[in-house]
Amino acid sequence: MITLTIDNQKIAVEEGTTILEAAEKLGIKIPTLCYLKDINVIGACRICVVEVQGAKAYVPACVAPVAEGMVVRTNTPAVIKARKLILELILSDHPMECLTCVRNQNCELQKLAEAFGLTEIRFEGEKTSYPIDNSSPAIVRDPRKCVLCRRCVAVCTEIQTVNAIQAQERGFNSLIAPAFNEQLANVECVQCGQCSLVCPTAAIHEVDDTGRVWEALADPKKHVIVQTAPATRVQVGETIGAEPGSIVTGQMVAGLRRLGFDKVFDTDFTADLTILEEGNELLQRIQTGGTLPMITSCSPGWIKFAEHFYPDLLPHLSTCKSPQQMFGALAKTYYAEKAGIDPADIFSVSIMPCTAKKYECTRPEMKSSGYQDVDVVLTSRELGRMFKQAGLDMANLPEEEYDAPLGISTGAGEIFGASGGVMEAALRTVYEVVTGKELPNINFTECRGLTGVKEATVQVGDLPVKIAITNGLGNARKVLDKIRAGEADYHFIEIMCCPGGCIGGGGSPIPTDTEIRLKRIDATYTEDERMALRKSHENPAVNELYQEFLEKPLGHKSHELLHTHYTKRNRYQEEEC
Amino acid sequence: MATCSCCCGEDELTKQLDKIIEPYRGQPGGLIQVLTKAQELIGYLPKWALISIAKGLGLSLQDVYGVVTFYAFFSLIPRGRHKISVCAGTACYVKGTKMVTKTLREVLGIKPGQTTPDSRFTLEVVRCIGACGLAPAMIIDGKDVHGRLEPEQIPQILEQYA
Repeated sequence: MITLTIDNQKIAVEEGTTILEAAEKLGIKIPTLCYLKDINVIGACRICVVEVQGAKAYVPACVAPVAEGMVVRTNTPAVIKARKLILELILSDHPMECLTCVRNQNCELQKLAEAFGLTEIRFEGEKTSYPIDNSSPAIVRDPRKCVLCRRCVAVCTEIQTVNAIQAQERGFNSLIAPAFNEQLANVECVQCGQCSLVCPTAAIHEVDDTGRVWEALADPKKHVIVQTAPATRVQVGETIGAEPGSIVTGQMVAGLRRLGFDKVFDTDFTADLTILEEGNELLQRIQTGGTLPMITSCSPGWIKFAEHFYPDLLPHLSTCKSPQQMFGALAKTYYAEKAGIDPADIFSVSIMPCTAKKYECTRPEMKSSGYQDVDVVLTSRELGRMFKQAGLDMANLPEEEYDAPLGISTGAGEIFGASGGVMEAALRTVYEVVTGKELPNINFTECRGLTGVKEATVQVGDLPVKIAITNGLGNARKVLDKIRAGEADYHFIEIMCCPGGCIGGGGSPIPTDTEIRLKRIDATYTEDERMALRKSHENPAVNELYQEFLEKPLGHKSHELLHTHYTKRNRYQEEEC
Repeated sequence: MATCSCCCGEDELTKQLDKIIEPYRGQPGGLIQVLTKAQELIGYLPKWALISIAKGLGLSLQDVYGVVTFYAFFSLIPRGRHKISVCAGTACYVKGTKMVTKTLREVLGIKPGQTTPDSRFTLEVVRCIGACGLAPAMIIDGKDVHGRLEPEQIPQILEQYA
């Protein structure tokens, strides 16, 4: 143990602890900007400087390890003056568009400026003038607002191992971007939006599509329907003041009705449907010697990652569309027919914890209804924005039910939102379909939690089914490399692009950190347990859909509407020769 | 942009670049050495070369590009046959770096960092070249020091370089 003094208080901490962490134990919050626990610890911004007795210069607390007998002062007038100066220098190259900024009131730079009581910036000079990159349907890059903290780079390279953006040039010209400042839409970016989740400002943010939805809602000719992803009900509350982990399913449904949606449906419904299609696909592959292991295909960031980085493994991907796109295809066919509405008049919106879903709905093959199956995807953050604009407050909304039939779901659909959920939902169904017996315990707890790679063997009748579950693309690589090397004998793998699964998706409320992810996961399983039905094959609306329309899993209509194909993509910016 | 010769197989430069990459295949740590040799070979670092190097060493193009743009030594654009380095050290700066640069810009029709369309000259502004007694000075091709420069001398000096 190392003993040191911080602001006249003695503390003993383990060797290797930073001054920042030691101070936190004493209840002293040293301001940070570039620092992101466990992910970006590089001491780049210097806002965390402190005085250390005997040191020649101020010391950045986030990277400086404690030492025996160290005497630290975190809040002397000189330290505060230094921090103010650093902040002023950062702000001297900032657009100062706070009032019209998408991160207004949820910006770490703005919070610091407020905390330090800055009323003027003494330094005037040239400002960064790199153009805004709005090439992607999901993510906007605005280098003018970038403070070069490199959190986005750390997440993209260390956690996701995509490496789509990197620091380039130097000094005043420094820029975080794809090579050659190429546009995001043209590179191997998987659109996961984890960068937008960690950006302290609005240098990287989601494309705001709320305007298109308001427009559709105002159009009397349009029948505007909405689907809500499993994870949204355990996170949308946070956008309007609820505690992380709050379950706001009923209030969200009520809020969506008050916004003017004609029908409020649930992606959980097509999550259940996915289980029937994907479960049967797995059984078919096992029985007919198809490509194994089979890998889930719900996560569009993961799909794009596979297309760029593991194109040789595409035959392993389930051909099932994601629940969002299954919903989109059915809304403008099955539902349109049932409700007697011309699909041309249906405007289909989805609420997702995800930026990649915005990209997914624009993929050219996602038009099986004859129209763009899903018209607009809003992230949880954007829905929160619409609720605020409409003056809707979770606390004052009643709990309402989803509309039938596309709003009827089970707990199995709900747990799709957490890493391991698709696997658990699939096991609940596959076990009962194969054995014809009721599961003694439907909670497959070995599937749950934040562990990067989870493995298990589950006995299904005579067959020991070997499974793996990964979250975060860096973890996916570990399993994918095993498949490439021929060392993987799994039957079924669940891969979710984002850490923790969709509840930690790139379209989630900001902030999203490990602690908040865990709370949302807990809420997800609580919600599952509250459901009357918890197995996808027991969903009466799904069964009705098969009887009335699809006929059978993997049938002709299923293949037309619910299954898809993938495209090999380059990793490098290569022109065709 | 340089023509893509990454997959045509016959391009001599591509073959030679592959030879440079070969000993470092799958080794990201070899990046600086490979870039240095590649620039020696090609004269600059075109995009197709960066892509080959990224692939060969197992890096993203972003990683390679970040390093190339960090070091002034590496160039993404073709360099001229002759490199003019105008000294902007303190002494030269005081005695007339601006005048020298302005004259060169006018005579050559290019800005610092650029190369003349006939590939004859590349112009750059550098830190102290250690010829303070000759300020303002410039150095051509890293060896010929021209000092105590007056604007009217500059065209004559350039004539010596074909």
